[in-house]
Amino acid sequence: MTARILIVAEHDGAKLNPSTAKCVSCARALSGAEITIAVCAANSAAVAAQAAQLAGVARVLTVENPANAQPLAAVLAPQIVALAGPFNLVLGPSTTYGKDLMARIAGLLGAPQVSDIMAIESPTRFRRPVYAGNALLTVEADGAAKVVGTVRMASFEAAGTGGSAPIEKAAVAVELPTHTRFVSVSAARSDRPDLLTAARVISGGRALGSADGFKILYSLADKLGAAVGASRAAVDAGYAPNEMQVGQTGKIIAPELYVAVGISGAIQHLTGIKDARTIVAINKDGEAPIFEVADFGLVGDLFQIIPELEKLVG
Amino acid sequence: MKRILVGIKRVVDFNVRIRVKPDGSGVVTDGVKMSVNPFDEIALEEALRIKERGGAEEVIVATVGPAECQQQLRSTLAMGADRALHVQADGVIEPLVAARVLLKLIEREQPFLVILGKQAIDDDNGQTGQVLAALWNRPQATYASKLELISASTARVTREVDAGLETLEIDLPAVITTDLRLNEPRYVKLPDIMKAKKKPLETLTLAALGVEQRQQLKLVRFEPPPLRQKGIRVKDAAELVEQLKKKGLL
Repeated sequence: MTARILIVAEHDGAKLNPSTAKCVSCARALSGAEITIAVCAANSAAVAAQAAQLAGVARVLTVENPANAQPLAAVLAPQIVALAGPFNLVLGPSTTYGKDLMARIAGLLGAPQVSDIMAIESPTRFRRPVYAGNALLTVEADGAAKVVGTVRMASFEAAGTGGSAPIEKAAVAVELPTHTRFVSVSAARSDRPDLLTAARVISGGRALGSADGFKILYSLADKLGAAVGASRAAVDAGYAPNEMQVGQTGKIIAPELYVAVGISGAIQHLTGIKDARTIVAINKDGEAPIFEVADFGLVGDLFQIIPELEKLVG
Repeated sequence: MKRILVGIKRVVDFNVRIRVKPDGSGVVTDGVKMSVNPFDEIALEEALRIKERGGAEEVIVATVGPAECQQQLRSTLAMGADRALHVQADGVIEPLVAARVLLKLIEREQPFLVILGKQAIDDDNGQTGQVLAALWNRPQATYASKLELISASTARVTREVDAGLETLEIDLPAVITTDLRLNEPRYVKLPDIMKAKKKPLETLTLAALGVEQRQQLKLVRFEPPPLRQKGIRVKDAAELVEQLKKKGLL
């Protein structure tokens, strides 16, 4: 059976989020899959052009509506459902955008959803983490006409470019709700790479002592071109904003290099980094659980070690 | 009456070290401590605070699951919920079935707000709130870190999203799912546990509600995750940099 897969694009109106390219990689793991990307936007041209370049994509469908200027799940879901007819698998990223949206789509379709797909074995068979990654579960959706899924970002590399898929405008005539209205989004603007997709990440824990203490991490991160994350303890203490939180209840990441500074390694933090290629732990407590998972461990005073590291790599 | 409905789930306590059964049929739950899903406790706490501020008159907790769930319902009554609904069911309850049950309870109780945890810490699906909002055709505000009722018919919700904090305005009734930083649930005091024993707990069945217990996803096999290889200790920053360079990471 040819898998016909619809991928719901994530974007900010101008740029396609790399999460979409990861969904494409997940879909391409099925040989012979026919991949369509849906772009719902107020103006879709720029984003659709980027989606069309992703390797392995057969077609890009655009749905333009002023109501799509902000990513509201209640508004987007009925439009995706209107497109979903010919597809047997509807995928989106397991980001806050995708998790919010895809389950609403699944609800409208009455379809089963497989959350956090880490491996796709057939159009109906998937592997996913449960119990905060402490167990892996294989599920089979036999008999379902359609399956909805969210793709775990840490499990797939972004698909490359080089494609030139045709872009088609889809006519979607569904009534859109007005019961949900976007007010604002606030984010600390940062020139550093995005935490979810960065190749290098340096995270700090409560041992940094203050928001000021984090400055030595920002400085080292800028030398390395790294993103900066934080443990839940550091976020709860107010040393770092919540969008920097790495862990089960924050962001789950898989960088090439992860440096945990002053982080003891609570299970919920380790859940967020277990797919990192190389983990470095710097902590003054040699017994800290973070050393159990670290490829390289360094016991010592982080306020000495971090500036030293900065000099050595500078 | 102004009611808030809170959905809860009985799960393996978050402090328990999870072990996969040797035959791959599930994880070990015999003799393991069970608790209310932590995100659901946050949902209940938020409902109780709204009631205490005069924003609601009654807080109802509901769950669907086996008879043992009544222990968790009792602990939510001890936290301060007014009454509990237990929809009896054994076996796997998928999010779609849980949402259909909640929708039936909504039709019965007419709440102006439904608050759920953003995900259960056992199956980590994170779907029930959104599926319910879809079936009910009402707004959803997931991953809430702040909830303000700004009029009798609207709420303003701050959501924790990957980019930062997003604020939505939603018409009521609506479904809210909670994130960690919405509040810190209260501790239960002993007299409250005694009082909870007298609070109403009603048992219902799926059949009586007219919900079919369909299972669309077969659980084929549970496995433990692969272990990471043990690493090495380095003596100082210089040796660390040298090692990382050797691996091509710097």
